[in-house]
Amino acid sequence: MLKFLLSRIAQAIPVLLVVVTATFFIVHAAPGGPFSADKAVPPEVIEALEAQYKLDQPVWRQYISYLGDILSGDFGPSFKYPGRSVNELIMAGIPITAELAFYAMLVALGLGVLSGVGAAMRPNTLQDYAPMTLAMIGICMPSFLLGPLLVLVFGIELEMVPVSGWGDIPGDKILPSITLGTGYAAYIARLSRGGMLEILSQDFIRTARAKGLSESTVIIKHALKGGLIPVIAFLGPAFAGLLAGSFVVETIFQIPGIGRFYVQAAFNRDYTLILGMTIFLSTLIIIFNLISDLISIWLNPKLRDEISNG
Amino acid sequence: MHEGNIQSSETEPVSSSLWRDAWIKLSKNRLALFGLFILLTLILVSLLTPIIAPYGYEEQNLALGATAPSSTHLLGTDIFGRDMLTRIMYGGRVSLMVGFVATSVALVIGITWGAIAGFFGGRLDAIMMRIVDALYALPFMIFIILLMVVFGRNIYLLFLAIGAVEWLTMARIVRSQVMSIRNQEFIEAAYSIGLSRWLIIKKHIIPNTIGPVIVYTTLTIPSVMLLEAFLSFLGLGIQPPQSSWGLLINYGVETMEEYPWLLIFPGIALSLTLFALNFLGDGLRDALDPRASKD
Repeated sequence: MLKFLLSRIAQAIPVLLVVVTATFFIVHAAPGGPFSADKAVPPEVIEALEAQYKLDQPVWRQYISYLGDILSGDFGPSFKYPGRSVNELIMAGIPITAELAFYAMLVALGLGVLSGVGAAMRPNTLQDYAPMTLAMIGICMPSFLLGPLLVLVFGIELEMVPVSGWGDIPGDKILPSITLGTGYAAYIARLSRGGMLEILSQDFIRTARAKGLSESTVIIKHALKGGLIPVIAFLGPAFAGLLAGSFVVETIFQIPGIGRFYVQAAFNRDYTLILGMTIFLSTLIIIFNLISDLISIWLNPKLRDEISNG
Repeated sequence: MHEGNIQSSETEPVSSSLWRDAWIKLSKNRLALFGLFILLTLILVSLLTPIIAPYGYEEQNLALGATAPSSTHLLGTDIFGRDMLTRIMYGGRVSLMVGFVATSVALVIGITWGAIAGFFGGRLDAIMMRIVDALYALPFMIFIILLMVVFGRNIYLLFLAIGAVEWLTMARIVRSQVMSIRNQEFIEAAYSIGLSRWLIIKKHIIPNTIGPVIVYTTLTIPSVMLLEAFLSFLGLGIQPPQSSWGLLINYGVETMEEYPWLLIFPGIALSLTLFALNFLGDGLRDALDPRASKD
C-alpha cells in the first residue's frame, strides 16, 4: 500500500511539471506584452516595469527563476493589482471558495445519495423514475442557467433569499450552494443508484436478508459501503468540476472567491495571476484525485488485494 | 482477396441483425426516440436557418426595443429589437457545429490512439496508455480558459481545445474494446483461414468497436456543447457578432429582471438539446452495448 502511494505521488510530479511548463510557455507565447495595452506610457517606464517583472531576460532564464520561485511557494507579484502578490490574492479567495465548495458538496451528497439509494431500493417504480428524471434534468441544466433562474424566482419574484454576496446578509450563501451543488447531486444520484443496484443483487445481500435482518440494516450495514464506491471515485473529478463551477457561480453571485479572481484575471490579462492560479488549482485537483483514488482503493477489498499482491 | 469476399458475405447478415436488434430495442425506448426526434429536428432547422429564419440575423429595430413574445415575434425581441427566434436559430447552428466538430476531433484522435494501443499491445500500449493517464490528471477546463485568453477567442481554437480534451475517454474505450476482441476465438479462426491483419482489423475489430463508440459519441456531443456554452457564458468562448446559446444566456442574464424571456428561451433551447442527446445516448447504450455499466 505504501509502495503504491509512493508510486502514485511519483507519477503526480511529472504531471505537475508538465502543467507548470505548459502554462508558463503558453502565457509567454501570448501576443503582446502585459503592458502593451496601457497607452502612452513612456518607454523608460515600460523598461523599468519589465525589469521589475524580469521580462527583459531571456525566456529560459525567466522559466528557471520562476521554477525556483514556485518551489519556494512564491508566485510573484500580480501584474494588474499593484503592490499585491499572487499568493495574497489566492489566500484571500481560497477560504471563500472552499466554503462554497463544501456547502455545495453537502447539497450534492445529501440530495444525491438519498435519492439514488431510495431509487435503488425500489427500482422501476415511481420512487425510481421521479428522482432519476429529476437527476437527468439536473445534469442537463447547467449552473449558469440554474443560478440565474433561481435568482429570478426565489430572489427577485418571491424575495425569499438575497441574490448576491457572500456572508454579508444572512441567507446569501443558500442560492450559490444550491446552484453549484445541484448538478453534482444529479450525477451522484445516478452513480449511487447504479452502485447500489449492483450490490443489492449479490449473494451476501440475499444471505443478510435470509437471516432475517431488517431492510434498513441490510442497506445501512451491508450495502452502502460497497454501493457507494462509485460515488467516492467520482468525488475527485467532482472536486475539479466544483472549482470550474465556482468560476460561474462566483461570477453570477458576485462572490470574491478564487473562481471570480481567475475569470477577472483572464479578462485583465493578468499573466502572473493566471499563471500562479493555474498552477495552484492544478495542484489542488491532482491532490484531490489522488485522495479519492486512495479512498476508493481502501474501500474496495478486490482492488486492495490486487495492489498488495503487486 | 478471395477469402476476404467469402468472409464479408458471411459477416454481413450477422452485423445487420445486430443493427436490427438495436433498432428494435431503441424504438421501444420512448425517451430515446424523443431525443432522436429532437436532434434530427435541430439538425434540419440548423441547416435551413438562412432560409426559414423569420428575420435577418442582425436586423435591428431600435424603435421597437425589447418586446415580450407576440404573434410577429414568437419568442419576443431583445433590447435592440432583434427577433429572438432568429437569434436562437443562428445560435443553435454555432452550438451544434461546435458540438459536432469538436466531437469529431475527439473521435479521430481517440479511435486512432486507442486502436493502435489495443491492437499492438505490449510496451507500446503501456506507454500510450500511461500518456493518457497523465493527461487525465491535467485540469483541462483551466487550460482551455488559458488558451482562449492567451491566443484570442477563436472558434477554430475552441474546436481544437475541446476536441483535445474529450479524446481521452474515447481512447480508453476503444482500446479496451479492441483488446477484448483481439483475443477472442473468432479472431484466431480468422487468422487460421489466412485472412490478412488489415482485413481482420477492417472486418472484425472495427465493426465490433463501433457500438460503444457510437454510444460514447452521442454522450460526448452534449458535454462538448455544455463546455462551449460555459465558456461563452463567461465571455471566453464564441465572440460577437457570432452567437451561440451560451452567449445568448449570458446576455439574457444581464437583463433578466426586466426581460426574463431573453434568458428563458435560449435556456430552454440549450437544456432541451442536452436532454435529448443524453436520453438518446442512454437509449443507444442500452440497445448497442448492454454490458456497459450505467453511470
